[in-house]
Amino acid sequence: MIEIRSVHKKFGEVEILKGIDLDVKKGELLCLLGASGSGKSTLLQCINGLEPIQGGSITVDGVNVHAKDTNLNRLRQKLGIVFQQYNAFPHLTALENVTLALRLVAKRSRSDARAIAKKHLEHVGLGDKVDLLPTRLSGGQQQRLAIARALAMEPAYMLFDEVTSALDPELVGEVLDTMRLLKSEGMTMVVVTHDISFARQSGDRVAFLHSGRVCEVGTVAEVLGSPRDERTQRFLQRDSRA
Amino acid sequence: MQFILADQGFHWSDAQFLLIGALHTLLVSVLAGGIGTCGGIVLGWLRHVSTGIRVVTTPYVDITRSIPLLIQLILVNSALSMSGNAFSTFWLSIIVLSSSMTVVTSEVVRGSLGSVPYAYIRAARSLGMGYFQTLFHISAPLALRTGLSAWIGLLLGLTRDTALVSVVGYVEFMKSAQILISRTNETLPLLLGVGLFYFVICYPVSRYSAHLQRGIAS
Repeated sequence: MIEIRSVHKKFGEVEILKGIDLDVKKGELLCLLGASGSGKSTLLQCINGLEPIQGGSITVDGVNVHAKDTNLNRLRQKLGIVFQQYNAFPHLTALENVTLALRLVAKRSRSDARAIAKKHLEHVGLGDKVDLLPTRLSGGQQQRLAIARALAMEPAYMLFDEVTSALDPELVGEVLDTMRLLKSEGMTMVVVTHDISFARQSGDRVAFLHSGRVCEVGTVAEVLGSPRDERTQRFLQRDSRA
Repeated sequence: MQFILADQGFHWSDAQFLLIGALHTLLVSVLAGGIGTCGGIVLGWLRHVSTGIRVVTTPYVDITRSIPLLIQLILVNSALSMSGNAFSTFWLSIIVLSSSMTVVTSEVVRGSLGSVPYAYIRAARSLGMGYFQTLFHISAPLALRTGLSAWIGLLLGLTRDTALVSVVGYVEFMKSAQILISRTNETLPLLLGVGLFYFVICYPVSRYSAHLQRGIAS
């Protein structure tokens, strides 16, 4: 379980997160919705300690992410994260992209790492692309590679930061399908997205962020079906018109 | 009264003399290139990671980059002689050329490390890789792609610049050619030959780097 308690985050003088409270329960898919600049992506990067926070706390299975004595490199094996773009290391083949952290961080042997990597690449449908460099892969394939790479570390949670936003429309589907596959296998996921239809179909709960605060959180039916907060209503209306 | 002029023709011993000069040039290039590259990688990385070190080392970098090597050689030579430190002209040349190579390489290294998109570093760290694991396996290989051709350019420049160490009296290829020219007055063939020699060393390096670049780009 991830517990986020009154988290404050500043970039210089600008306060991005103004006291976020949120729980992520085991096995659920939580969607973070909100306009650009509402702090969704920043929150995700705070969860795995890529960004320091100035107030509050985030605990992952009881471990305080930002405590001084926390081994972040160990904790991060528990928290897979996939970003919007530039995920795949361009100088390594698809297979090497996956085996690198398996060997360096999980301390697997070369042959173990290869076997694990192949299994996960096949799982996301890249079984025939293992020896290709990322430049030979489409954007959608690169994102699936990033998902396989994160999954290979056997994380307990997967965080997705607008993973389809930089893709051509025809490539979005294959990435969303991969995420639905994970969901069907019971993975706990936090998904930052602009894709309300994905949230509606696949999400369990939705949190709507507005300028650094959670202004509404609940089940998909509650938040997307009958939003109580006026800002959520406006956001959803704008989206349905678009 | 009769003057007997020195023998103006070429001898087999001249070839040997030139060959030794050529070997000296190669030795200085390889040694200063090696020391300067290692020093430049360390200095460039330090200047990349630490603002403090960048500020402290900036005068050294700026001065070394801006003053012609010829002047640096003469100044360092004079300074060392005045202070009574007896350095051989060989080591004096190595010190000055290595220092210059270190500085120019460090700027290539710093620029190349800075050009690695943060997103790749973030992706590596998010997998649990530590700082140095990320540096060696992600940042360094990506920086190498950016900096390789610039670094080869520096290496070729250094090889050509070794001709300058003749001013402090080290007899490398250029100096040995000059000595032969003053005896034989055969300026043109000797200079053409010497120029050809520098080309023969530099051209394969430059071709090889182009080959490496293609390999990296594919």
